[in-house]
Amino acid sequence: MAQATSRSDVPVVIDEVKCIDGCTLCVDMCPLDSLAINPDSGKAYMHVDECWYCGPCAARCPVDAVTVNIPYLLR
Amino acid sequence: MQIPEVSERRRIECDVLVVGGGTAGTMAALTAASNGASVLIMEKAHVRHSGALAMGMDGVNNAVVPGKATPEDYVADITVANDGIVNQRTIYQTATRGFEMVQRLESYGVKFEKDEHDEYAVRKVHRSGSYVLPMPEGKEVKKVLYRELRSRNVRSNVTMTNRLMPVRVLTVDGRAVGAVGFDTRTGEFVTVSAGAVILAAGAAGRLGLPASGYLYGTYENPTNAGDGYAMAYHAGAELSGIECFQINPLIKDYNGPACAYVANPFGGYTVNGEGNRFVDCDYWSGQMMAEVKRELESSRGPIYLKLSHLPDATISEIEGILHTTERPTRGTFHEGRGTNYRDRDIEMHISEIGLCSGHSASGVWVDEHARTTVPGLYAAGDMALVPHNYMIGAFVYGDIAGEDAAIFAKSASRPELPEDQIEAAHDLIYRPAANPDGPPQPQVEYKLRRFVNDYLQPPKTERYLSLGVEAFERMRTDIAQMGARTPHELMRCAEVSFIRDCAEMAARSSLERTESRWGLYHARDDIPAQDDASWFCHLNLSKDAGSGGMKFARRPVAPYIVPVPGFERPDGVPDELAPQGVELAEAWR
Repeated sequence: MAQATSRSDVPVVIDEVKCIDGCTLCVDMCPLDSLAINPDSGKAYMHVDECWYCGPCAARCPVDAVTVNIPYLLR
Repeated sequence: MQIPEVSERRRIECDVLVVGGGTAGTMAALTAASNGASVLIMEKAHVRHSGALAMGMDGVNNAVVPGKATPEDYVADITVANDGIVNQRTIYQTATRGFEMVQRLESYGVKFEKDEHDEYAVRKVHRSGSYVLPMPEGKEVKKVLYRELRSRNVRSNVTMTNRLMPVRVLTVDGRAVGAVGFDTRTGEFVTVSAGAVILAAGAAGRLGLPASGYLYGTYENPTNAGDGYAMAYHAGAELSGIECFQINPLIKDYNGPACAYVANPFGGYTVNGEGNRFVDCDYWSGQMMAEVKRELESSRGPIYLKLSHLPDATISEIEGILHTTERPTRGTFHEGRGTNYRDRDIEMHISEIGLCSGHSASGVWVDEHARTTVPGLYAAGDMALVPHNYMIGAFVYGDIAGEDAAIFAKSASRPELPEDQIEAAHDLIYRPAANPDGPPQPQVEYKLRRFVNDYLQPPKTERYLSLGVEAFERMRTDIAQMGARTPHELMRCAEVSFIRDCAEMAARSSLERTESRWGLYHARDDIPAQDDASWFCHLNLSKDAGSGGMKFARRPVAPYIVPVPGFERPDGVPDELAPQGVELAEAWR
């Protein structure tokens, strides 16, 4: 069935150039399980806008590819 | 997604099931394992970064260190902060066992601040005693515990399952015998058979809607959605003090601690818009929160955390703690707003409501052995009613629960799991997947939590609370129609049902206690007076086995085991002067 989609400014942003293929550390560590691996690019991305801006994703990234911004509504 | 059949499930067995791998849960698992139990931790996040300490903790709020304070001081302080309605035996455990816990954590590698004489650098924030102990490397706490759980002598006894979410505790003849849940990534259905179950699932922190409107912008870790409160309730356990909400003074919009406990010892404090101090004690209590709200709503508002008068080096030191440990994005927030502590004080507000015994006094009723009223079921941490128990209390009660549960499990029979309860839980988990076009969780949750704000936020009145009860009953229908398309969405949907249960408990408990008490936490504007003659007692709620509805019972306040200077018990019950039946920890003998 056809569905409405609405865009959301998501807080966690991944630098796809730095992000390592096959690494899942940020995906594994997120308390809300909000990150996933994009099957097309092999890179991590935020698949749902559910964020406590707590930071394990950024802290554990070995190549500094993860930026945690403050969610737009709080910024 | 494919919905698994009830029979098509993973079956796990263990001696002690620990629900939640946060502060209390990891400690419970370590102690239960060292007592010879096979332990399963069910964690819906990842144990390395889960619970209230997801990123770390900048200090201990309640360490009673020999030579710096006494257990008696601490118990008396918390008794007064909670208007006398406490079971002192439970607090006494935290008071007397907290120091051993500090030492145990130190042996694992956690660092606590010491002064030039190598003594613990405790600071005073409470009304009389000094119990606040900074943890300069607090961001390592979870790492250290995780490492301990994976150490050679522990890992053979402890299984950690990440992304596995329980939804119900299973009972047979009124005893906890396991749990039922699912894998939030694969959708696999799971049952666990256990000799004992420890609930350590955190606060009900996703209850009120933050003023920002962002569902996950809560003070508490939003994964702590009241899962444990709902699971304990449906298992038949008593909960207590649910009308005593948690409300905290926080940085506006960021919704993180300001934080007086960190800034106070450095000379920071809270002021109103006129630059004047308006609270005489920065310790978080319902009384303080009432003063904060009054100030915010007066012409003297808003309120600020004042640091701008401090020397640059001191501010840098405060930033070093506040911007790196507990919520490291705090610096990002201030940067985005262009605020610097040096030239501008930080605007504060008060948080949405929640239920939490770590900060306030609402939770699952436990005795000094962490036992709930259901045999074989334990509770520890933010969800267990030990008032103002904070992190050290969570560790102490995790430890107590781990030991008692391991002993209980040894002699506990393992009956066949109740198929009817498993089927009901299966329906709770997978019903949204059978209706994928139903309203999505974010909309249903937003509506539910807006009603929480509309009707439960203090000041409370009978009329608004009754409208709340009606709204939460009505939300049962919305929840039954909710739709989900992935296992991840099923997790959020199950959480919405927990939030609804907690909202109803909060509304009904607040209606039942027909007086005002604990400052803002239970301010009934229609009955503003405290009524000691009728209400100097605990208010416990539980699920009525017959009707399935909520029933209430008043429990008397147990005789004090520690005298409380300046506080006269309104019921005149004499103290039991010497603590009886409480084993004193080594440090205090």
